[in-house]
Amino acid sequence: MSFVLDSKIPAGPLDQKWSKHKMDSKLINPANKRKFTILVVGSGLAGGAAAATLSELGYKVKCFCYQDSPRRAHSIAAQGGINAAKNYQNDGDSVRRLFYDTIKGGDFRSREANVYRLAEVSTNIIDQCVAQGVPFAREYGGLLDNRSFGGAQVSRTFYARGQTGQQLLIGCYQALEKEVHKGGVQMFPRTEMLDVVLVDGHAKGIVVRDLVTGKISSHAGDAVIMATGGYGNVFFLSTNAMGCNVTAAWRAARRGALFANPCYTQIHPTCIPVSGDYQSKLTLMSESLRNDGRIWVPKSKEVAAKLRKKEIHPDSVAEEDRDYILERKYPSFGNLAPRDISSRAAKEACDEGRGVASTGLGVYLDFRDATKRLGESVIRARYGNLFQMYEKIAGEDPYKNPMMIYPAVHYTMGGLWVDYNLMSNIPGLHVLGEANFSDHGANRLGASALMQGLADGYFVIPTTIANYLATQTPGKAKVTDDAFKLAEAETSARVNKLIGINGKRTVDSFHRELGLLMWDNCGMARNKAGLEENIKRIPEIREEFWNNVRIPGSGDIANMELEKAGRVADFLEFAETMCYDALSREESCGGHFREEHQSQPGDPDVDSGLVAPGEAKRDDANYSHVAAWQYVEGKAPILHKEPLNFEEVHPSVRSYK
Amino acid sequence: MNASTCSLCTIWNSSIGKKLLVALTGLVLVLFLAGHLAGNLLIFVGEEAFNEYAEMLHTMLHGAGVWIARAVLLTCLVIHVVATISLTRLNRAASPKYVHEQTIQASKSSRIMIWSGLTILAFVIFHLLHFTVRVDSGLAEIAKTNPHKMVIVGFSNGLVVLFYAIAMTLLCSHLSHGVASIFQTLGLRSKKSAPLIEKLSKGYALVIWLGFLSIPLAIYFFKFGR
Amino acid sequence: MLNLTLKVWRQKTPQDQGSIETYDAKNIPEEASFLEMLDIVNERIIESGGEPIHFDHDCREGICGACSLTINGVPHSKEKGITSCQVHMRKFRDGDTIWIEPFRARAFPVIRDLIVDRSAMDRIIAAGGYIDVRTGSAVDANSLPIPKPDADAAFDAAACIGCGACIAACKNSSAMLFTAAKVSHLGHLPQGQPERDKRVLAMVRQMDAEGFGNCTNQYECEAACPKEISVDHIARMNRDYTVASLKEQLV
Repeated sequence: MSFVLDSKIPAGPLDQKWSKHKMDSKLINPANKRKFTILVVGSGLAGGAAAATLSELGYKVKCFCYQDSPRRAHSIAAQGGINAAKNYQNDGDSVRRLFYDTIKGGDFRSREANVYRLAEVSTNIIDQCVAQGVPFAREYGGLLDNRSFGGAQVSRTFYARGQTGQQLLIGCYQALEKEVHKGGVQMFPRTEMLDVVLVDGHAKGIVVRDLVTGKISSHAGDAVIMATGGYGNVFFLSTNAMGCNVTAAWRAARRGALFANPCYTQIHPTCIPVSGDYQSKLTLMSESLRNDGRIWVPKSKEVAAKLRKKEIHPDSVAEEDRDYILERKYPSFGNLAPRDISSRAAKEACDEGRGVASTGLGVYLDFRDATKRLGESVIRARYGNLFQMYEKIAGEDPYKNPMMIYPAVHYTMGGLWVDYNLMSNIPGLHVLGEANFSDHGANRLGASALMQGLADGYFVIPTTIANYLATQTPGKAKVTDDAFKLAEAETSARVNKLIGINGKRTVDSFHRELGLLMWDNCGMARNKAGLEENIKRIPEIREEFWNNVRIPGSGDIANMELEKAGRVADFLEFAETMCYDALSREESCGGHFREEHQSQPGDPDVDSGLVAPGEAKRDDANYSHVAAWQYVEGKAPILHKEPLNFEEVHPSVRSYK
Repeated sequence: MNASTCSLCTIWNSSIGKKLLVALTGLVLVLFLAGHLAGNLLIFVGEEAFNEYAEMLHTMLHGAGVWIARAVLLTCLVIHVVATISLTRLNRAASPKYVHEQTIQASKSSRIMIWSGLTILAFVIFHLLHFTVRVDSGLAEIAKTNPHKMVIVGFSNGLVVLFYAIAMTLLCSHLSHGVASIFQTLGLRSKKSAPLIEKLSKGYALVIWLGFLSIPLAIYFFKFGR
Repeated sequence: MLNLTLKVWRQKTPQDQGSIETYDAKNIPEEASFLEMLDIVNERIIESGGEPIHFDHDCREGICGACSLTINGVPHSKEKGITSCQVHMRKFRDGDTIWIEPFRARAFPVIRDLIVDRSAMDRIIAAGGYIDVRTGSAVDANSLPIPKPDADAAFDAAACIGCGACIAACKNSSAMLFTAAKVSHLGHLPQGQPERDKRVLAMVRQMDAEGFGNCTNQYECEAACPKEISVDHIARMNRDYTVASLKEQLV
């Protein structure tokens, strides 16, 4: 198979590309729209918005989700907010500034045209959500409130208390249910996509398993949209929901879709540390805590050991025995150093044996000095709800004992490769939201995930999908076609094989093993030796999995071990591609940090004071491209490159001074 | 079926509609209790006052008044009882039992509404037979000339007083939840007014309980009027 | 470490009768969450050849609304304002017996063990729990100022995560708080006014049709709600429904 990675970016000036593209896009007349069936997999912000909007336009839509209701998609967990270039604050924001911030935040590894479009439609999103009844925060005058977020210099983040994702998703879910009621959308909850069906090379259907009855069946359509989220759970522990998985994307990849930039993962520094090996999931706390909290570990391992065993209280550690790691290493940024740098500093200290949580994986986020300076009431007013959340989970009063934090995976920038129309290299297969790779480059800015999901679903795909549908005769693919029967048979065989193994180890034990390996060698910091070790180890774990996993029960009723097993089996294949990507990208950028490529004394940028030593060092000459990986059964994946052309912005060193 | 009965059917057939009827009829019955109590307490004012009051009831609107009141009250009672039985049956059908039952904060009164209600219904029937229809011919004879005496004689029977006391206690329990519920069902309760409504409901129930119980207790135990 | 006895509802299929089974949960770390305790128990059940206890869960941070355990007779446990996934084992004592049952209601048929089918709630929303606005037709977000108290009141109602604890806690399996929260969320906003009457009528009718019970004002729902949504919304819905119903029937 050979690929030409044509991004189909429209010609013309950057700020006119989208309007021009809309003008040039094909239209389908209303009478014909109802003849087209679109299969939407996933019901989060991207999938739910797409399903609702396409149904409003008159298409027949079938929407699938593994949860018991579309309202539970993991978009719901986003806390902070959603960016939009409204400039309601009159503080100098504009579409262009949002575009620039996003592309710079992504460390110049995303497509200009996509990012510009994202910034452009951001304003429509807010209008749409307000019209749906999303209760955004308001000022006393009745107008919308904004806050600044993620270090942006303007206040462009719209928010709904700490539940922005939930409120946006409920708006989207209501729109979806409205269309369900009107008959345009048929909803399939508790239904998991297990394969994509290709007819003459085009995506024309999916194979699904009903998670209640275990029945495997197919659905045929004229196009497939996957909005199936990210793959953070490849690490086992992440802030993702337990069900988040790579299966849909990976099944598509196995059918020929290219997986782009899988090594770009974002690690969030302020999560509640792991408390034991039974732990199933990590919880994020707002980064705002770093405004007043000081991050430290003891200077000596011996003191750290005592703290871990709770033999001494952290307050008893003298000032000169403390190492304020960020303040020491990045004196000008201190505790507000960027996410990736703060995360790595915490990991380093813990790797040296100076971690303080009972597991050794945690650093203090201490409010002692801020409390002395401002008084407890001020701290309580600023962070009361976060302290409460911490206490609920950690069981310790953060007013009495310093908080402990540790970095955790919470978003993945990589995803299936798509062109400007959000169509993958498989004709008919469209990918939206976190599941695609397109808008965030190597690092996502805060409050941009919700923006991208809704932009893709409400405003981009409803226009661009017509370009594909217009070339198709509606209703051609039938579930009775051989391609469907074959795919169904393959899926059934795989399910039966999993159940038939009847080995000794549980699914979770494999998932944990893989996760640990990925976290150690393909997590916050990566190096050649570690990645090579993973590439050797992962197939071994996979081999053992397929010979020794134990899935009790049968496939013809609800069986959660079987569901998990299918997902872990796919993670075990996907993880390898991720490591290949991380290995081949011999640079550091955004969420991808290769220890071999960091700035050090002697570099002109370091000597000139532009960047501190130890920061990510990009290699624009050789790596300014999208790495899209082709799956090859039983062999190493094949790399295809899409060069990134910057016409409007000049990639520069990402300096935080 | 004409439009208006159809409309009532629609309201009757919805859960909230039925509850609304329970609340409205409940309100009428609650207000009736206040009037009834006020009248009854005249017994402590004196024989004359009480007998005049009884006379007035029967001559009001040339004798029609008492019948109008009786019709309204009976209608309310029937609607209240039929609707609540129907709602209770729906609720039973809707809610399977837990193996390990637990209540978070619902009051005991609120959980026995149907039983307190049905007991009160039984009492009302007895009470009507006792003092209104007067199945006891001896009592009927006294009532013709002296309603005051009828009450005294009626409450000289220990069993009657016992039943009366039980019924009034259950009525108190029924009202303590029911009065507050009227506000909620009519949409007149809020977080701010809730404490006031709770107090009003419990206070009213207490007044009704003490008021109605005072008469038989005074007669039976303290030989009032005997 | 805690040693506990679990009394768990096991029911293999929707058709099965179902019964309480007893499990020993030994050496449970106090730092574990309740669901992690079940994970541990399940790993042991699988290793000893049994089938794990099935339960719904997803985000495990109290926002998705998937987890739905009735713990010692109270949905999401007796602790206030949290979901099942936010219950931690440090709240239990060594030697405790813990009863774990599904969210029970006739309208929530059991799928397997502790997993129930809550799609009736989706159908209530589909009946009218939205503002009928087409994508792209919205006016500028700031063209419609909304007084902050209204926006805040709408938010309080909108905080509902649709977990169904209100229904499971109600002695009548009534869905009034869930339905009222949506009616009230949209009813507090100017955008929600055009469909206000239509919405409340349609949603209440769907709620009745699904076989939920009705409200007897015991407020167990409010006490069990992980987002502590107020029963004021029920009063408001009663009022809205009465007005809408009278308008529809008599005007």
